[in-house]
Amino acid sequence: MPSREIAGKVVEVDAEGFLCNPDEWSKEIAEEIAREEGIEQLTDLHWKVIEFCRADFKARGEPPTLRRITKESGVDTKTLYTLFPKGPAKKVARIAGLGKPTGCI
Amino acid sequence: MKRLLVLGAGTAGTIVVNKLRRALDPEEWDITIVDQSEVHHYQPGYLFIPFGIYTRNDVLKPRRDYIPPGVKMILSRIEAIEPDQNRVRLEKDGRYLPYDFLVIATGSQPRYEEVPGLLGPEWHKSIHEFYTLEGAVALAKYLRSWEGGRLVLNISELPIKCPVAPLEFLFLADWYFHELGKRSRVELTLVTPLPGAFTKPRASQLLGNLLAEKNIHVVPEFAVESVDAEAHKIVSYDGQEVEYDLLVSVAIHMGDDVIARSGLGNDTNHVPVDKHTLLSIQYPNIFALGDAADVPTSKAGSVAHFQAEVFTENFLRYIDGLEMTASFDGHANCYIESGFGKGFLIDFNYDVEPLPGRYPLPGLGPFSLLQESAINHWGKMMFRWIYWNLLLKGKELPITTHMSMAGKWA
Repeated sequence: MPSREIAGKVVEVDAEGFLCNPDEWSKEIAEEIAREEGIEQLTDLHWKVIEFCRADFKARGEPPTLRRITKESGVDTKTLYTLFPKGPAKKVARIAGLGKPTGCI
Repeated sequence: MKRLLVLGAGTAGTIVVNKLRRALDPEEWDITIVDQSEVHHYQPGYLFIPFGIYTRNDVLKPRRDYIPPGVKMILSRIEAIEPDQNRVRLEKDGRYLPYDFLVIATGSQPRYEEVPGLLGPEWHKSIHEFYTLEGAVALAKYLRSWEGGRLVLNISELPIKCPVAPLEFLFLADWYFHELGKRSRVELTLVTPLPGAFTKPRASQLLGNLLAEKNIHVVPEFAVESVDAEAHKIVSYDGQEVEYDLLVSVAIHMGDDVIARSGLGNDTNHVPVDKHTLLSIQYPNIFALGDAADVPTSKAGSVAHFQAEVFTENFLRYIDGLEMTASFDGHANCYIESGFGKGFLIDFNYDVEPLPGRYPLPGLGPFSLLQESAINHWGKMMFRWIYWNLLLKGKELPITTHMSMAGKWA
């Protein structure tokens, strides 16, 4: 696995830039990955979704699907597309330091 | 007497009862299988119906012909699974079926109601689908008199069964309209929520190139929010629009409602299981197989078949208190029709994406992997015979259950 430096910390990432180990994540890392994904500023609503995804991952062992985020986080799908454009489930998983969602096969 | 109860007599359930009836002592084991309908559908055949290659009769057989003697078959809708009481409640006579072990093989179905605007006055007119027999037959009728225009195939959300079928549909459509001399009057477009043509990188690139070669357009990363049936357009969550004259929709496929009613499913009604043993995460006497299971591989007949092989081997050990040593590796094996009498074959599992090479198959092969060839097309056509005559009956096939690297170019 390649590793790279994000926000002053060396972390392991996969070929698509997803963190391999969610425990290496930090808020600073989230902010830097978000900028790479074209999100300049993480708002409270962004954080609400990120924190939901991290908690859900901790409880269930896999990044939540978009359907699950919509149903459980209280943020509707349309808003999720505004917050995390293109692929919200994938984008938020990367920012939240979780692996790539496997749901889409 | 111990009781094994199997819910669903589709690909996985039928193979399992055939294999286990042979392996389990009839003096010790009662095997019952429940399904709500009498007819077994060869689902991979739906794809060919819109283009007049198959008809309704080519994909239907009586389920009973595939259930071996010594297995009790009950036709009924299932009301609920009550795992804490180890029993299943049927609609028929309000009857309870107690079990020692339960296999859930209730499949998954397309949910067109999940896409707002899809079901309405334009359904089966300018809006069609091909993942049900009725839908495929209606589309066949419609295409026979269609003058041409913009045909948009929209995948709304995953998971879907056989994720290559939408691409095959477009390849076959390209061929079909070409043969009718109408191809120049038809614009073909794939609109998908994925970043490319398929979920796995190398296959996605290759299939993407093939789509381009055949002049089939791709609109990626499009997550449909609703269909405006009156204006003939689909609208995404981020405000993109694609106009169509004929919309072919592939909606999300979810597990059976009985899974939700019984509290056994995830958000899409699929049953969470260990991805190698297919044993329920919640209950030590429940397994889920085929499309009903929540495992990270394709929902496809080949997967149901390989899972059934692993499950039966494990089950015979599990009931004697032995460790389950066989492990399902996510193996899927798909023929992809690419039109003009040719096809591809892809073979992959949880860890290895589809690779180019040759697929050795004694007596028939080798088939070329990730490369177009006529023999792959014939493999797919022949497969229907193999399905009805060998596979469902649980007979030995010259295909390995676990994915093999033999012949693949890594």
